[in-house]
Amino acid sequence: MDDFTLPELKLPGDIPKIACGSMAHSQPYSAAPDHQEALGFPGELVEDWHDKAIAKFGEILDRQRALKVYMDACVKCGACTDKCHYFLGTGDPKNMPVARQDLMRKIYRRYFTFAGKWFPWLVGAKDLTRDVLDEWYSYFHQCSQCRRCSVYCPYGIDTAEFSMAAREIMDHIGMGQKYCNEIIGKVHDIGNNLGLPQKALGATLEDLEEDIEEETGVAVRLPLDVQGADILLITPSADFFAEPHVDGLIGYAKVFHQAGVSWTISSKASEAANFAMFIGSHDQMGKIAERIRDAALELGVKRIIVGECGHAWRVAYNFWDTLVGPFDFLDPGYPIPQHICEFTYDLIEKGELNFDKSANDHMTLTFHDSCNVARASRMGDEPGGQFKIPRAVVKACCNNFVEMDADTIHENTFCCGGGGGLLTDDLIELRAKGASPRMGAFEQVAQDHGVTHMVAICAICKTQFSKIMPMYGYEMDNIVGVHQLVSNALILDGQITTEEEETVDG
Amino acid sequence: MTAAYAILLYAGALILVLGLAVKIKQYASTPAPLKIPTTPAPTTTGGVVLRMAREVFLFQSLFRANKWIWLFGWMFHAALVLILARHLRYFTEPVWDWVALIQPFGIYAGFAFVAGLAGLWVRRIVVERIRYITGPSDHLMLAILMGIAASGLAMKFVAPTDIVAMKAFILGLLYFDWQPMPGDPAVLVHLALVALLMIVFPFSKLLHAPGVFFSPTRNQADNPRDVRYAPGE
Ligand code: SF4
Ligand code: SF4
Repeated sequence: MDDFTLPELKLPGDIPKIACGSMAHSQPYSAAPDHQEALGFPGELVEDWHDKAIAKFGEILDRQRALKVYMDACVKCGACTDKCHYFLGTGDPKNMPVARQDLMRKIYRRYFTFAGKWFPWLVGAKDLTRDVLDEWYSYFHQCSQCRRCSVYCPYGIDTAEFSMAAREIMDHIGMGQKYCNEIIGKVHDIGNNLGLPQKALGATLEDLEEDIEEETGVAVRLPLDVQGADILLITPSADFFAEPHVDGLIGYAKVFHQAGVSWTISSKASEAANFAMFIGSHDQMGKIAERIRDAALELGVKRIIVGECGHAWRVAYNFWDTLVGPFDFLDPGYPIPQHICEFTYDLIEKGELNFDKSANDHMTLTFHDSCNVARASRMGDEPGGQFKIPRAVVKACCNNFVEMDADTIHENTFCCGGGGGLLTDDLIELRAKGASPRMGAFEQVAQDHGVTHMVAICAICKTQFSKIMPMYGYEMDNIVGVHQLVSNALILDGQITTEEEETVDG
Repeated sequence: MTAAYAILLYAGALILVLGLAVKIKQYASTPAPLKIPTTPAPTTTGGVVLRMAREVFLFQSLFRANKWIWLFGWMFHAALVLILARHLRYFTEPVWDWVALIQPFGIYAGFAFVAGLAGLWVRRIVVERIRYITGPSDHLMLAILMGIAASGLAMKFVAPTDIVAMKAFILGLLYFDWQPMPGDPAVLVHLALVALLMIVFPFSKLLHAPGVFFSPTRNQADNPRDVRYAPGE
């Protein structure tokens, strides 16, 4: 699986020569029949897959304006051709956003347009064959749905919408992807992506409480299923045990403790992630979101706060209310839902948190904007709050901060390479290559400004970089989380400090 | 000849209008089930109107993406607007003042139009990535537009056409009182290509013109926490 060579580091602005077919072999494992069937999809490729696929395609076109408009509107201007990290990292021209769209558009033209029916050669219309289907499976699993292309397209054409639709069609004819569909099954069965049952979760949280107390001398709680708590924390399950994620969870707990609020995690909804977005299934997305609403109602909370996770924040911020709202049982005095960074930022603004910035002095930090936070949601009241707020939190906790190249931050950010349901070992080559534009920008500030660590705000980014950074000559712990820094620097009331300390006000 | 062209032009206009109407109706009646603006996005409707105006008049996103494509594309579109405005003089009697005023600029626009198109066409051939995504229909579209521009400029600079007769022919079409069409080759080519362009418009990528207004990533306000988004409720 590891027999590939990493691309030369892509510095901002580098564009590779095209290498046709260089990633045609990249395909994720397919979902086993029982994982398919658990989600109501056929177990394997159905007999009449051709007709079923076209029928599903038509159905999606009729219910999603974005796709319908984007099928027609592309003028092949080429503005998006050098914007996708998977193209930049692989050189495969089918990873250029417009070419990826065309894999679907040629079928649209053939079956749904006058020009494509009568002049297929002129407009590039093609029959849906088994080869085309395989190509879909390959290249629509080489799109992390990061929406970088949509920022630059003059019509805002969002290739993520194509990938979601293509995956939905494939699911409905029995060509699902193992990683996503297995995980969605686990959420339904157990409550989280990792399949961590309630007992194990409770034990984990208790261990963490002990660790914190040992380290700080303060009894910080990580409550589970507390009836009547004010705040329900919904966080990606990686936060419960993976490194560096868990340090972020400790950070949230310390902030809640210091703020003196009552909060809880729910074992029923112990997962913020909603992988149904990646497979384009609004149905599944609604079902997964519903657990969270149910948990909030059962526990009787007043607020919901979402932990560090990119796509989960997109789903929570943009889709929850539409899919399973209204959330009118929550306290309207607070944002519904609220991001953990918004919560911490408010406290910092009010001067309620004290930090020892020197606790992070062993690092020089830079911030990696996560796609779904940067280009698909917001924090705070102003557009762009999603850039300002996490940075303000990071800067409150550290002395050394440097930005990466302007073309690679804020809404221009590069995907980590593992988003959109691709964070699986069977796609490791794609992940490694797709990370190269981000790693190039990181390398640049590492060399020019001595940056040592990258801060991320998304569970997928954190997992991806812990795996990928070593391939590029860094350590797996060169990726850190925002609330990990908060945890390092926050001074709790009554905290015992062993080292000599130099308190700097946030 | 006059009759053939009259019918061709009527047919073109009819297909253009009806075709666009059908397409616009399709776009408008297809639901947008979720909020998907590309952020940072404006939080108010007024902000969305401004964002859309910057896209439509200035090609803001394209500018951020690629300065060359922006330069050629914007030049070509801006020139097109001026040229169309200049052509109003064939459709109005008496000619409106502002139309008379812009006549000289319309001529420059003719050259800018050709230069912009040429730039885009050269990129299609020279830039590897754009060559890869270019299909026959993309070349055809450029060829039609170039043909229209070339025949138009020829009427002005190479073999001047009888403008008075031309105007009479067009007004005749407008008022269903047909007048003879000047028969120079440039006129025949020009009008035939214009009719062709009108006919292909609703079946081609020219649908980007109405499409941009219906693009959810650009026309939605970023306010899901303030205003409940519940289409279909
Ligand atoms: S930028 Fe938009 S219009 Fe241009 S080629 Fe890409 S998808 Fe098509
Ligand atoms: S959404 Fe992201 S991964 Fe997908 S084509 Fe666009 S830039 Fe590439």
